[in-house]
Amino acid sequence: MRQFMQYVISGLATGSIYALVALGLALIYRSTRILNFAHGDMATAGTFVAFSLLGMNLAPIISFPLAILSGSALAMLFYFAILVPAQRRNATPLGQIILTVGLGLILQGLISYLWGTDTKTLDFPLSDTKLWRFQGLVISELGLGTFVIGLLGSGLLYLLVQKTRLGIAMRATSENLPAAQTLGIPTRMILSLSWGLAAGLSVLAGVFLAPALLLDPFFMLEPFLKGFAAAILGGLNSLPGAILGGLILGVAESLAGGYITIAFKNTLAFLIIIVILMVRHEGLLGTEFKERV
Amino acid sequence: MDLTESYREELRLIRKPWTGAGISLVVLALLVIPWLKMDYLVYMATVVFIYAIGVQGQNILIGYTGQISFGQAGFLAIGAYTFGHASASGIPLPLGLFAAGVMAGIFGLIVGFPSLRLKGPYLAIATMGFGIAVYQILLNSEVISGGRMGLTVKKLPALFGLTQQVTFYYFTLLLALIFTLISYNTISSYAGRAFIAIRDNDIAAEAMGVNLARYKLLSFGMSSFYLGVQGALFSLLIGFLEPNLFTFMESVTIFVAVIIGGLASIGGSIMGAAFVILVPQLFGGLRELVPVIFGVAILVILIFEPHGIAGRWLKIRLYFRNWPFR
Repeated sequence: MRQFMQYVISGLATGSIYALVALGLALIYRSTRILNFAHGDMATAGTFVAFSLLGMNLAPIISFPLAILSGSALAMLFYFAILVPAQRRNATPLGQIILTVGLGLILQGLISYLWGTDTKTLDFPLSDTKLWRFQGLVISELGLGTFVIGLLGSGLLYLLVQKTRLGIAMRATSENLPAAQTLGIPTRMILSLSWGLAAGLSVLAGVFLAPALLLDPFFMLEPFLKGFAAAILGGLNSLPGAILGGLILGVAESLAGGYITIAFKNTLAFLIIIVILMVRHEGLLGTEFKERV
Repeated sequence: MDLTESYREELRLIRKPWTGAGISLVVLALLVIPWLKMDYLVYMATVVFIYAIGVQGQNILIGYTGQISFGQAGFLAIGAYTFGHASASGIPLPLGLFAAGVMAGIFGLIVGFPSLRLKGPYLAIATMGFGIAVYQILLNSEVISGGRMGLTVKKLPALFGLTQQVTFYYFTLLLALIFTLISYNTISSYAGRAFIAIRDNDIAAEAMGVNLARYKLLSFGMSSFYLGVQGALFSLLIGFLEPNLFTFMESVTIFVAVIIGGLASIGGSIMGAAFVILVPQLFGGLRELVPVIFGVAILVILIFEPHGIAGRWLKIRLYFRNWPFR
């Protein structure tokens, strides 16, 4: 039983990272109907900015917010410079998804070129070797920090979306774009903010993942796919679903790794994707869009 | 602009004498290339032929049927490993190639089943999950992948007094031509029109009497067959297989070739394959920048020329045909 709880706790720590990635994906999907295939690469870019800033002897408390802001700026730039012109030329939803694939490739190439493909370690203020004990359960300082940040990030996003004027405007825009425009909501600004917020969340996830994994240009690929799986599991257009999906996926992975086999751990996410898509493709908390001819 | 008067005329692939002349010229030029004694050119052309097969298949799936897929690497791997094990157990080469295609096709049908319910982004994720799952299974199962040593594949022997490389060049050229013919004929047949109807509006297509399940699965199976053959030929080219040949980047490369060549164009697929193989060669020293080139090409093409190289080529031809009018 104690071992079971141990697996659950370490699963919750990774799960909160997946939840952050999934939140960003869901945020973008429900406001623009675009699956952001560049999400992982945006996170990588932001994390490398954090790496460089730390290398310049800036305190983590300054460099991490700067990295998150740079990731957001990148996403908003992409929205205004690429997506808006493409939409003016009547790009199909499929075309817009492919545009994000293109952005992902560009970022990946530039990161490899600027920082090199060798692995690096990020100097992180929390260590993953220092352990905390609660009644026999062990959690590393990093794991605890990750979990707290995951909860904090999701909580703040919840407050922002549910309780502020900006959040109401965001919900209105994702609900019905023409109606929101008619009511005088600056939808373009709101959508670009959604992109910025999503990218910021993913950079946050990347910064907290980098010390556990090693930092190289492809280190976010796997967490990004897990985030995808989590978002699908919870329902792509539901923000609470993304958090729930992330936590469930994290715990399930940790249990599968502990009780079945480590090799199976990474394939589990894809099995979950396929099963969910076959059985209930709108996800646990999502709602389905009906299409008419 | 073409006026067709009968169904037989509609089915004909070469409608004007000068089109026929142009095509025979290109084929003739390809036949002559090995006599120039430039090994590097022959090698690159061989790779382009191999990729052209898979890219055409994917264009039938993505461009004509409108089913987005990111699982190409998985099908390539299935084809390549099927062929590798077949040739290791002494099955003759043509049969092995066919088996590679069929095996990939079967998996294509299996992956195609979700496509009956899933659309757009959901399908993209499901296929991407498949592609990466195949890669991970290969990494973890030594029986299939041959372990750390990899799997060696016997290369095509030298025939007819040609060198091994030139023999393989002609072999891939022949296969690429056959597959191109099959693609063109499929597209101009009932199946091709059914694919296009499904892409434009699947519900309307079903109301018109197109069997959605059958033709979506046919498209998946066919495109995967192409990819399986590409994988088998690729294993013949390098004579060695390891899981790292089939990462997600491989899927992206083929996908990019489809987009850059031009959605819904067989000729464009060949040009797209040439683009993704030849353009990186120009940047020999800066391999990291290859994804940047692909990415920029995607952005430019999707914003300025959604029909890709094929669309631009058509516009150039029209311009000269109507010159000096426009």
